Amino acid sequence: MPQVQSRHGPSVLEKTDIAHLPRFARRHYGRYVAAVAVLAALAMIVSSFANAQIEWEVVRQYLTTEAILHGVLNTIVMAVLAMLVGVLLGVLFAVMRMSKNPVTRGVAFLYAWIFRGTPQLLQLFLWFNLALIFPYFVLPGLIEARTVDLMTPFVAALLGLGICQGAYTSEVVRGGLLSVDQGQTEAAQAIGMTRTQTLRRIVLPQAMRVILPPIGNEFISMVKLTSLASAIQYQEVLHSAQNIYYANNRVMELLFVATFWYLIVVTILSIGQSLVERRFSRGHRPASSTKPSMIRRLVSRGGQA
Amino acid sequence: MIRAIDVHKRFGDNHVLKGITLEVAKADVMCIIGPSGSGKSTFLRCINQLEATDDGAIWVGDELLGHEVRDGRLHQLTDRRIARQRRPVGMVFQRFNLFPHMTALENIVEGPIKVLKESPQEARGRGLELLGRVGLADKAGAYPATLSGGQQQRVAIARALAMNPQLMLFDEPTSALDPELVGEVLGVMRDLALSGMTMIVVTHELGFAREVANQIVFMDDGRVVETGTPADVLTHPKNERTQAFLSAVLA
Ligand SMILES: Nc1ncnc2c1ncn2[C@@H]1O[C@H](COP(=O)(O)OP(=O)(O)O)[C@@H](O)[C@H]1O
Ligand SMILES: [Mg+2]
Repeated sequence: MPQVQSRHGPSVLEKTDIAHLPRFARRHYGRYVAAVAVLAALAMIVSSFANAQIEWEVVRQYLTTEAILHGVLNTIVMAVLAMLVGVLLGVLFAVMRMSKNPVTRGVAFLYAWIFRGTPQLLQLFLWFNLALIFPYFVLPGLIEARTVDLMTPFVAALLGLGICQGAYTSEVVRGGLLSVDQGQTEAAQAIGMTRTQTLRRIVLPQAMRVILPPIGNEFISMVKLTSLASAIQYQEVLHSAQNIYYANNRVMELLFVATFWYLIVVTILSIGQSLVERRFSRGHRPASSTKPSMIRRLVSRGGQA
Repeated sequence: MIRAIDVHKRFGDNHVLKGITLEVAKADVMCIIGPSGSGKSTFLRCINQLEATDDGAIWVGDELLGHEVRDGRLHQLTDRRIARQRRPVGMVFQRFNLFPHMTALENIVEGPIKVLKESPQEARGRGLELLGRVGLADKAGAYPATLSGGQQQRVAIARALAMNPQLMLFDEPTSALDPELVGEVLGVMRDLALSGMTMIVVTHELGFAREVANQIVFMDDGRVVETGTPADVLTHPKNERTQAFLSAVLA
């Protein structure tokens, strides 16, 4: 080992020795401290819940009762359908918003203004009670029915959640469409594609990369928003839980049951989201780097919801 | 093949094309040179109707672009008819504009399948043939992001050729390339010219222009200032603006 250093630092030979000395990583003591603190906090929380006046056996028992499972299914169905309506409307109105036709643009603007400007719960009530002002729903030659019969809790929730979602999604989609280089549209037109073909084959698929992450987050929000539909008697999981605790008074137990199921559904959706996102990132990264750890993506996405 | 008569284009108050009149015969190669901002790209974009002209007319073959003559008036065509008019015209852009979410081969077969309604097998067969022709037979499955600029531009040329164009437009196809990649793209263009393709090329590659072009057009400030054979315009320019431009470029 070189001991003597000249005034000009180690000699060349000594530097070569130093270059290959064994290395020791810096210790991150702060992390240990933080870990201990977090564990202690967790232990306290767990023990207080364990000793709380809540019957965990009841929670476990109701977790898989038919009424609850049915509610979970309804929650998923509503979230998927409302999101579908939302995305379709979102794309439609985003394209309308960017149209050359001022009337089309105006309609799209009005739509966003109305549905983003009013509370969603209020919109659900409005749809659900539509029969009060329009007793009959008539499309000449197609449908003629009493509005109360048509406007079931399911239909009202789907309209309320889906249409409102469309207003938000249209902004997301518009941002995505604008993010695609103008040269792409020109190249598509240069090979004779029509506007619709250009949008469907060239612009939208590229916009998807930008659109999907926020849509994924909104889907997750939608799962939770479906709980609003309990207010208009739609039988989703919160509504099922409430029905049960109105009868047996196990309020917190059943709310925990609902909490559990929301977390499960959201987790599964987050995994699906990362799979879909990967599909639409084709061509944007070299093949070798297109497999980020799913867990890491889960944490980074689900955490924001 | 191409005839433009007194074409004008304005962007707001900016009068960009101030009456372009020119003609390109079948199988001819016209090279357009001129200073930046003189309207060269705008003129090419008018031929492919990426911009609408404000006045004047352009014919590709017998087809009047963008309008239809009825009762002594010009009636604007629908978007669909305009899309159809673009089919026989291929365009190659300075920045390639390949579709990044598609492989090289998918880029090439997109037009034949979706626009010309060819069968996928047929289109793929011809697509592979075209890739071979531009020297990229082994890159069929590569995404644009993994190709060099020169390779991307050659795929872009193959994509345009896949539509069986009667006319090819090139807007500074080598300006975005590293110097050592310019040659491979010019080589493909030279072969294309030799095969009898009608071409209009905006370029600063005077060597290429001298060798390949039948006709050189010098544009400045939205006007055709001088036109003639390469020997006329490049070697013995008559107009002093042409002389000034050439000495600046060659300096
Ligand atoms: N889309 C556009 N909107 C407004 N001005 C434009 C547009 N495209 C081109 N111009 C203007 O037209 C003029 C000619 O541009 P261009 O045709 O690109 O010239 P060149 O290709 O010869 O360099 C420039 O002054 C440019 O700013
Ligand atoms: Mg230009």
